[in-house]
Amino acid sequence: MSDVAASPGNTNTASAAPEQMAWDSKTRRVVLLYVPLACFLFILLFPFYWMTVTAFKPNAELYNFAEHNPLWISSPTLEHVYHLLFNTAYPKWLWTTMLVAVASTFLSLLASTLAAYAIQRLRFRGSQYVGLAIYLAYLVPPSILFIPLATMVVQLGLFDTPFALILTYPTFLIPFCTWLLIGYFKSIPYELEECALIDGATRLQILRQITLPLAVPGLISAGIFAFTLSWNEFIYALAFIQSSESKTVPVAILTELVTGDVYQWGALMAGSLLGSLPVAIFYSFFVDYYVSSLTGAVKE
Amino acid sequence: MATVSVRDARKNFGSTPILHGVNVEIGDGEFVVLVGPSGCGKSTLLRMIAGLENISGGEIAIGGRVVNTVPPKDRDIAMVFQNYALYPHMTVRENMAFSMKLAKAPREVMEEEVQRAAKILGLDALLDRYPRQLSGGQRQRVAMGRAIVRHPQVFLFDEPLSNLDAKLRVQMRSEIRELQQRLATTTIYVTHDQIEAMTMADQIVVMNAGRIEQAGAPLALYDRPANTFVAGFIGSPAMNLVPGEISDGGFRAQGGALLPLPPATPANVATYGIRPEHLVLAEDGIEARLVVVEPTGSETQVAMRIAETPLVGAFRERITGRPGETIRVKPDLSLVHLFGADGRRL
Repeated sequence: MSDVAASPGNTNTASAAPEQMAWDSKTRRVVLLYVPLACFLFILLFPFYWMTVTAFKPNAELYNFAEHNPLWISSPTLEHVYHLLFNTAYPKWLWTTMLVAVASTFLSLLASTLAAYAIQRLRFRGSQYVGLAIYLAYLVPPSILFIPLATMVVQLGLFDTPFALILTYPTFLIPFCTWLLIGYFKSIPYELEECALIDGATRLQILRQITLPLAVPGLISAGIFAFTLSWNEFIYALAFIQSSESKTVPVAILTELVTGDVYQWGALMAGSLLGSLPVAIFYSFFVDYYVSSLTGAVKE
Repeated sequence: MATVSVRDARKNFGSTPILHGVNVEIGDGEFVVLVGPSGCGKSTLLRMIAGLENISGGEIAIGGRVVNTVPPKDRDIAMVFQNYALYPHMTVRENMAFSMKLAKAPREVMEEEVQRAAKILGLDALLDRYPRQLSGGQRQRVAMGRAIVRHPQVFLFDEPLSNLDAKLRVQMRSEIRELQQRLATTTIYVTHDQIEAMTMADQIVVMNAGRIEQAGAPLALYDRPANTFVAGFIGSPAMNLVPGEISDGGFRAQGGALLPLPPATPANVATYGIRPEHLVLAEDGIEARLVVVEPTGSETQVAMRIAETPLVGAFRERITGRPGETIRVKPDLSLVHLFGADGRRL
């Protein structure tokens, strides 16, 4: 910015062209694009770096910054990972989290696909209000909702089982996915369905053979969102699960790896690192679909 | 092949009436074009025939069977949409076979039908491509192929050429017409382009604001338009429609021109209509001042003023005059159209 502001072009209209070129100049790109981007990346990635570094540091390095560089590992170790995998129920936690996330994502996608399709495509009385009601349901904060849900979970005999989470996560996943899919279905030309209607397809055949194949990017991004939300969920998992081995990763590392006021930083960070890997892998596979669903509609 | 009868068909969107009781009779194998400005209800009527819109009142019959409550798939029709509505995730072959696949036709029959349609439309080499890999004209042909394979009783076309460039449009126009004549399938075709309507139709139905203004053979509409709307809509360049009144032994137009009248003219003429091509250059004509001269090669279109009355003429002769210069023109009195104050032909 400074180089342009200082240039005499600002007061002289005759030099409009050089000023325009200055807009695209390298300095300007660096100042306006790369520097902010670098700051943003640093803020975003530093926690991950810290987590990774901490996970592989021996305890001696971890608690002694005077003699060791806090940003680097002198002698990396796998002792925290080993401890986590073989001395705690971490594999079980990971498995429970995976089970809960996959099952609740699947359930939510199924329900929200049907809901979004009906709201977007079927002309029934009050479809707009149903859409609005679903959206309002999303606005109720989980920190309030978990109290009545807890009563229901206990009365249904689901307390301390994975089902308590599999069945309660859809309360916030379905509204979210439904709204995302409504937007996506809207981008699919309605003529395709009318054409299929004339071709002799039933509503379900249209949904299965025309709409869903075209909505795959939307389904994938809804799936990723749902999976991530349930993978990271904390309040319900904390409230509805009691026994150590049935806990999910976010709750378990906090309740099981902090004993009294002793933080097992190495194990905590190793647990967080391993816990974030599945989501990262998930994203990396589907990033193309994900981006296309957020940026573009169906192209013929 | 079948007849299609539309009797007093009405359509309301909420409390807004879109169609106010429309009657159309379409004969077996006939090519009917519904034409009118956008928003006139022509697409709505087509969609009602297809079963994509409910019918608020009246009756629609295909092949003598009333289809008001029959779902689209059981009406034995095929429709080509404006944007072709090809399934983007299916190849050309799959697109064309989709309806047969839903009907659980045997594989050999599907392949045979697809090959037959592909041969008719020249799509043989494109069967394994996806719609996104095709040009506009090819997509258009696939959309028609999808309609052909079903051997429907009625083809419905909803502005199928409006996404194509001008040259391709002319080419596809004759292809569609030729195909329809070969298959002799009853066809209803919606367009806002009166040239498409004139060149393709056996019968043109001119619609405006949810009503039928006139229905008939293209040249009948051209020669004897029933009212000023049809007169202005059919024909290119459009007919000169000059308001005014009878006085001084002629028709005194607004703007001051005095136009000659054919013999035995009724007294209540309110609009004088003359097509640009029916104005002729004549020594004994009325003096007209040139405003714009547009040579197209085969003819010269001229915007001119007689006194302050604007008129458009189209002449076979080449006119080289410059704006401001004068020429002498007179209307061919046997081809003058006269309309009353209500816009109807006298």
